Amino acid sequence: MPAAPELDALDRAIVNRLQAGVPVVERPFAALAAELGTDEETLIARLRALAERGLVDRVGPMYRAEAMGGDVTLAAMRVPPERLEEVAARVNAYAEVAHNYERDDEFNLWFVVAVERPEDVGRVLAAIERETGLRVYDFPKLREFCLGLRLEV
Amino acid sequence: MSRPCPLPAQRPQTLDEIDRRIVVATQAGLPLVPEPWAEVAARVGVPVAEVLRRVRRMQRRGAIRRVALVPNHYALGFRANGMSVWDVPDERVGELGRRVAALPFVSHCYQRPRHLPEWPYNLFAMVHGRTREEVEAKVAEIAALLGEADRGHRVLYSRRLLKKTGLRLRPARGAPGT
Repeated sequence: MPAAPELDALDRAIVNRLQAGVPVVERPFAALAAELGTDEETLIARLRALAERGLVDRVGPMYRAEAMGGDVTLAAMRVPPERLEEVAARVNAYAEVAHNYERDDEFNLWFVVAVERPEDVGRVLAAIERETGLRVYDFPKLREFCLGLRLEV
Repeated sequence: MSRPCPLPAQRPQTLDEIDRRIVVATQAGLPLVPEPWAEVAARVGVPVAEVLRRVRRMQRRGAIRRVALVPNHYALGFRANGMSVWDVPDERVGELGRRVAALPFVSHCYQRPRHLPEWPYNLFAMVHGRTREEVEAKVAEIAALLGEADRGHRVLYSRRLLKKTGLRLRPARGAPGT
């Protein structure tokens, strides 16, 4: 397994601080740079480098599908191991499937379905059940709990 | 360091056309330039002040969870990802969920429905660690916090990421820059 990536103290401070939030102002990086004891140009250069190295996915708004008029759910299936590849391929073929993980459990396939029209969640889950002959368990969020501190690097 | 994350009080109204254009212009991330919102405004075709006003409104209404850096856990060395699931009494799930979510290593925390009898768990907390042992130690911390409210739990480790595209709104027909 490759070692954890090299990050200096400023990179770490940037990743830790910016996970908590970026102000919605015209020059957000100038405000954050002052807080981190650096300057705007350096902060932007560091962020670009972190993104290029794949250590940061993006900086920006995190949207909630269900609050934009759409809907999102987590679904799971118990797939016989010998059918996993086939079933995963069928599930992934739906554009509405945003993430899909194989997990080490009897419930071994876990995927997120995100749609622009709420009624499409049921349609997609039912279609997957029909196509695979396997039950799809729907785990919509009933409540979301706000997070504290983010991942410390 | 803990920030409020406004939750939508009820199902909010659908975004209007300009909001949608802002979503399309920013869902893959802001440009890393001194004035990122000015670039967004140019793409959307409205003044930057209006973009900022609309983004703040989407934050207040909960359409935006937060504006922040999104790390790649895996690339940063957090190779073990365990979805911990807990069976806790329904009447305490609110209080307990808030306390579990406040732990620094929990990246998502939700109440979800049980599917009895095969699935008794109603509280889901995603835990990231550099190794499986690190995740196990963190899960033990959650178990200690829950005490006797933990009527049973499981940890489902990811074996393989099979797909990751994220949520993508399609650009509206005739929108600029599409």
